[in-house]
Amino acid sequence: METYLRYILNSLILLIIPFASALILIWVARKVIARIQDRLGPNSSGSWAGPYAIFQTLADAVKILTKELIVPEGADRVVFLAAPAVVVAAALLVWLVIPFGPTLQGMDPDIGIFYVVVITPFTLFSMIMAGWSSRNKYASLGTFRAVAQIVSYEIPQFLSLLLPIMLTGSLSLQRLVLAQQLPFALVLPIPALIYFLAMTAEVGRLPFEQAEADAEIVAGYFTEYSGMMFGAFYLAEFINNFSASLIFATLFLGGWRGPWVEQIPALGPVWLVLKGFLVFLVLMLFWGAMPRLRIDHILNFNWKLLTPLALAMLIVIAWVNRLAFDLGATTLAARAPWLLLANLGVGVVTWGILRHVDRGARRRRDAQRFEPFLE
Amino acid sequence: MSEQYAFIAIFFLLVAVFALAPLLLAWLLGPKKPNPRKRESYESGLHTFGKAWVEFKPQYYLYALAYVVFGVESVLLLPWAAAYAFLPLYAVIEATLFLLLLTFGLVYVWKKGWLRWM
Repeated sequence: METYLRYILNSLILLIIPFASALILIWVARKVIARIQDRLGPNSSGSWAGPYAIFQTLADAVKILTKELIVPEGADRVVFLAAPAVVVAAALLVWLVIPFGPTLQGMDPDIGIFYVVVITPFTLFSMIMAGWSSRNKYASLGTFRAVAQIVSYEIPQFLSLLLPIMLTGSLSLQRLVLAQQLPFALVLPIPALIYFLAMTAEVGRLPFEQAEADAEIVAGYFTEYSGMMFGAFYLAEFINNFSASLIFATLFLGGWRGPWVEQIPALGPVWLVLKGFLVFLVLMLFWGAMPRLRIDHILNFNWKLLTPLALAMLIVIAWVNRLAFDLGATTLAARAPWLLLANLGVGVVTWGILRHVDRGARRRRDAQRFEPFLE
Repeated sequence: MSEQYAFIAIFFLLVAVFALAPLLLAWLLGPKKPNPRKRESYESGLHTFGKAWVEFKPQYYLYALAYVVFGVESVLLLPWAAAYAFLPLYAVIEATLFLLLLTFGLVYVWKKGWLRWM
């Protein structure tokens, strides 16, 4: 009985963290975007919202709870109402395996990272459910784009995910952190970059924001949602952004590892949250500073650059790492120069190919443009 | 081990509660006064015409199809990556051949023109 009580308590803590952090992060995001756009952002509106309006999100939450749940004409009622619940559930499930510290983790299954890979696409299911069931043209368009984009970006994300697993020899997230004597981002800069870009596309942040392109198709797949159902999508989006940042920090930035963490284990979660928060801030900067790419540009970027690059990286690193290991470099630190050299090589070759392709395209374009004048 | 499954079961149950609670709360607290105007589909103020469930561009379908090929084959790479550190050299050679096959699939799709937006 006592163990079950402990399980319930642990689960409650694991579920309250994302909700609480989302409330804070929504405020942070609004403030950061406002500063980029030379506005004040949420400001103290009376004594209610507190200094710098830190309770603004809470006030919004209370307000949104008292709004009517409107189901539009012709919508598929059951699916329409289920979609917001599914999106929140999908966002919360990942928190089971995020390693906050050496022993501070909901659970450390041997297939931890596989669990993450399996759970995150449930967000896509809810997008399809929402977009299809609303019977709205904007929602349908948003869903088509969401499917094409998110499904495509899963490939480079997965392929670059394999490299940390190869260097660790395990799928457990705790082992992945323990294996990082050096953060993997320092050893594998190109896969880390690929993973970061693919992750940005997965969570639908600008510049990959085609699923809910609010300037062209209102709000994409959740156009018809209002009240708390819209709130559920909004909340899930921020929880997803933060959990994706934490997973990135775990995989490539050393997770809970940091100075003095051996002496004071309580520092583990502090380091992880700090790293995750920095990644989250980069996402917010993208949001504030980037234009939206067109859907075909987004898909081309994935299929014609990120996927081949991730495949090449996988083959090259598999060989370089193995050869360095056989030559006597058994620790990660000893193999680091080799791996970095491999990254540099692949980077230079990619740059050369891109330059060549770009020159060819420009030459053809110029030839077309000046043709009428030459005749 | 079975206790761990009990933890997962409890966690999943509480996730369902946490996901449904805000919606139920909103349903309890909010007004319920639907009217035909309110329930119209939103199309930026214009009256809806035609149907929303239309035949969509096949392009989207092609990308999803290309994903299936990659998705299935990349699942096979996961156990290889986890065991990579303990495997002999021929496993690396075989994985390279497998990855080259994947790359060939990509090249085929590319040359076939599936990746060109029409």
